[in-house]
Amino acid sequence: MIRALQDVATAEQAVRGGAGETPAAESPPAKIKVSHLDFYYGAARALHDINLTLLDRSITAFIGPSGCGKSTLLRVINRMYSLYPGHRATGEVLLDGENILAPSIDVASLRFRVGMVFQKPTPFPMSVFDNVAFGLRLSQRIPRRELTERVEAALRDAALWEEVKDKLSQDGRSLSGGQQQRLCVARTVAVHPEVVLFDEPTAALDPISTLRIEETLQSLRERYCIAIVTHNLQQAARVSNVTAFMYLGELIEVGPTEQMFTAPRERRTDDYITGRFG
Amino acid sequence: MVRGMDQANFGGIASAHVRRQRLGERLFGGATRVAAVLVLAILGGVTIALLKGAWPALSQFKLGFLTREVWNPVTNQFGALAAVYGTLITSFIAMLIAIPISFGIAVFLTELSPRWLKRPVGVAIELLAAVPSIIFGIWGLFVLAPILQTSVQPWLIHHFSHLPGLGALFRGPPFGIGILTAALVLAIMVLPFISSVMRDVFETVPDVLKESAYGLGATTWEVVWNVVLPYSRTGVVGGIMLGLGRALGETMAVTFVIGNAHRISSSLLAPGTTISASIANEFTEAVGDLYTSSLIALGVILFLITFAVIAAARFMLMRLDRRALSSV
Amino acid sequence: MNRNRRLLRKLTNGASLALSAVATAIGLTCLAAILWTLFKSGFSALSASVFTQMTPPPGSMGGLLNAIYGSLAMTVIGMLLGAPIGILAGTYLAEYGRDSRLAVVIRFINDVLLSAPSIIVGLFIYEIVVVPMGHFSAIAGALALAVIAIPVTVRTTEDMLRLVPQGMKDASTALGAYPWRTTVSVIYPAARSGVVTGLLLAVARVSGETAPLLFTALNNQFWSTKLSAPIANLPVVIYQFAQSPYEEWQRLAWVGALLITLAILVLSVTARVLIAALQPQARAP
Repeated sequence: MIRALQDVATAEQAVRGGAGETPAAESPPAKIKVSHLDFYYGAARALHDINLTLLDRSITAFIGPSGCGKSTLLRVINRMYSLYPGHRATGEVLLDGENILAPSIDVASLRFRVGMVFQKPTPFPMSVFDNVAFGLRLSQRIPRRELTERVEAALRDAALWEEVKDKLSQDGRSLSGGQQQRLCVARTVAVHPEVVLFDEPTAALDPISTLRIEETLQSLRERYCIAIVTHNLQQAARVSNVTAFMYLGELIEVGPTEQMFTAPRERRTDDYITGRFG
Repeated sequence: MVRGMDQANFGGIASAHVRRQRLGERLFGGATRVAAVLVLAILGGVTIALLKGAWPALSQFKLGFLTREVWNPVTNQFGALAAVYGTLITSFIAMLIAIPISFGIAVFLTELSPRWLKRPVGVAIELLAAVPSIIFGIWGLFVLAPILQTSVQPWLIHHFSHLPGLGALFRGPPFGIGILTAALVLAIMVLPFISSVMRDVFETVPDVLKESAYGLGATTWEVVWNVVLPYSRTGVVGGIMLGLGRALGETMAVTFVIGNAHRISSSLLAPGTTISASIANEFTEAVGDLYTSSLIALGVILFLITFAVIAAARFMLMRLDRRALSSV
Repeated sequence: MNRNRRLLRKLTNGASLALSAVATAIGLTCLAAILWTLFKSGFSALSASVFTQMTPPPGSMGGLLNAIYGSLAMTVIGMLLGAPIGILAGTYLAEYGRDSRLAVVIRFINDVLLSAPSIIVGLFIYEIVVVPMGHFSAIAGALALAVIAIPVTVRTTEDMLRLVPQGMKDASTALGAYPWRTTVSVIYPAARSGVVTGLLLAVARVSGETAPLLFTALNNQFWSTKLSAPIANLPVVIYQFAQSPYEEWQRLAWVGALLITLAILVLSVTARVLIAALQPQARAP
């Protein structure tokens, strides 16, 4: 747990180093701070005392074997678990200093600031345009022209604009799998969240679509705090600048990606990364 | 700009629309709850309305209502026995006929039928279920009753009526209509329903279970009897009871051919009446509060009987659903 | 010994399976017999006058126009009253109540109502509408049909809404939509064809009901469009005409039966086709 704080310091260095900036430049601020987080599915404890910081304008990858709690942790950050009775979290998760686990928080407002892209692409039963505009129409009353501009900008961010600009009125479900997932990304960033969570976003996609999504992630990094859960270690290595390894509900180690993959401090991290267990 | 999120301090454009969403939630969520509770209210309303209507008759005749056969609008003496007997006996015979045939159809559809035949036959059976009961009624009146009157019933009388004991079932002139005819029409009506429930239940049996039995050298019939049926026992019983519930409450299929006589006779060839047939035939002509109230009291009895049967059936089917889900 | 036993088992098997085939043949024969009589008697009496003339007094010729209109009117009104309640209640069970105790109870009661004798519904509406009003009426008939349509709609709506993938609902929630918004903007459109199919099935069910109309809407020999008066309708007309000794009346009864059956078959087949085409994993209730 103390390690986590040290890791954050090194992570900040990594971000600075990765962006090629001089050491005198500002390191990205902490966006989300998780303290002593426990999570329970009914009586079963799924997360044990998680302490972690997610930095703004960086990509943090969560790796670990199935069932280690990566997705659970992600779903705490946007309070998705609130949908289900019996699921509860204790501890603190600070978003810009505010504890989002507090009962007084309006979870719908939280989700305007923390977006999520899921593993399976789920276009809504409506046109491409309406899909992307969905979140915008929820949160604000925007004049039509601005709406159109925001939709186009979001589709460009998701590297989808060129492919769908003539098909905006077609049903979102008529797109290919990779396009659908990029549509979901566009939908999520259209509302200009501050944090975007990706839960195994390319697990269901072919390699080319996967590459596109990864390119999108890199371009989004400059503006958002991004967390990505992935089973694909190579993807984590390619895409992220901070990597966190979880095992059986605990955060084992977190650090700059390069260091995690070449010289991890914990033996379990090393075992997992080298494939001694999966 | 730091955007706060708690309800009181919410700077930013989003707050008005979050408030609107919250209002919408209260309206829509509330509407769904009201509608859902209305379902309960309907049941409550039915119970109360029936009891209220039946009260004059029930308070007049008390428990004797259930045990007396008399049904005389002139002297204002009413008893439910004949109607209850007719309801029970027609349903019983109908089930006696329908269950084996439904079972046969379900076995055929799940084990015997070649693939190309499964769909059309299954659809045909389900279309039979969609045919409204009044069609069965008039078919029974115009087609089945004459056949029974001219061929089947004389045959039954000729061969069986002189037997001791059993013969009593077949005595009397061949009216064509009567308890037996009504039971036959009921059986045909209930048939598609029971067979599709059975078929659905048979199809939930996991293939691995059947394959293990086949692997031990069992014949198809042995697999059905020893593996499929025990596994789906609860569902089969539930389906049968649901069919029974429908048979008990069926009006139109029975009214045309039951004969409308408030009498209990030992012969199946005699006319009789059922609760729903009595109500259907006499309600609009019932003069006098006691008469009407007695008919509604019949309705209360029918409601109680069918409620008990259907509730038990649904309960069993619920348990089967849960078991199927947990074993997946 | 072994050979005898094996032979016995084979014979049992063969006999049982043969019997099951016979049973199926019996079932299909009954269906064929009924439909054959229905089509023969119905089509032979079918003519233009059926659709242009009113129900005749005993002994004269006529048609079924007022009855057709009455049935259509009561079905439409009954569905307008019952379908929204059924859809909302089904939405409650699928999206809000889910597995709560209240929802379990409601689901159970709904299933009981689904299978309850429809004549009971007629008595219920008689007590709470006809008696206070003092006379039979079309609106009473429509209410009775609504009460019958509600449980069917609740069941099919809940089943269809549950088929919408959880991921789609999660995605909507993750964008900040309240449950009602997710339901109305995402789930309803996704389940639209299924819910429509459920409505078609409810209409099919309601179209054939006679018993509940016997003492709510009664019947009317003449043309009537007043909601507060008794109204002609196909099922009760068939009921009265079939039992009468008049040949013309009997012929009209068969035509009416044919019309109802054709309508129901068309609705059922359409519903079935919709379900199969658009949601292959669902099944008609």
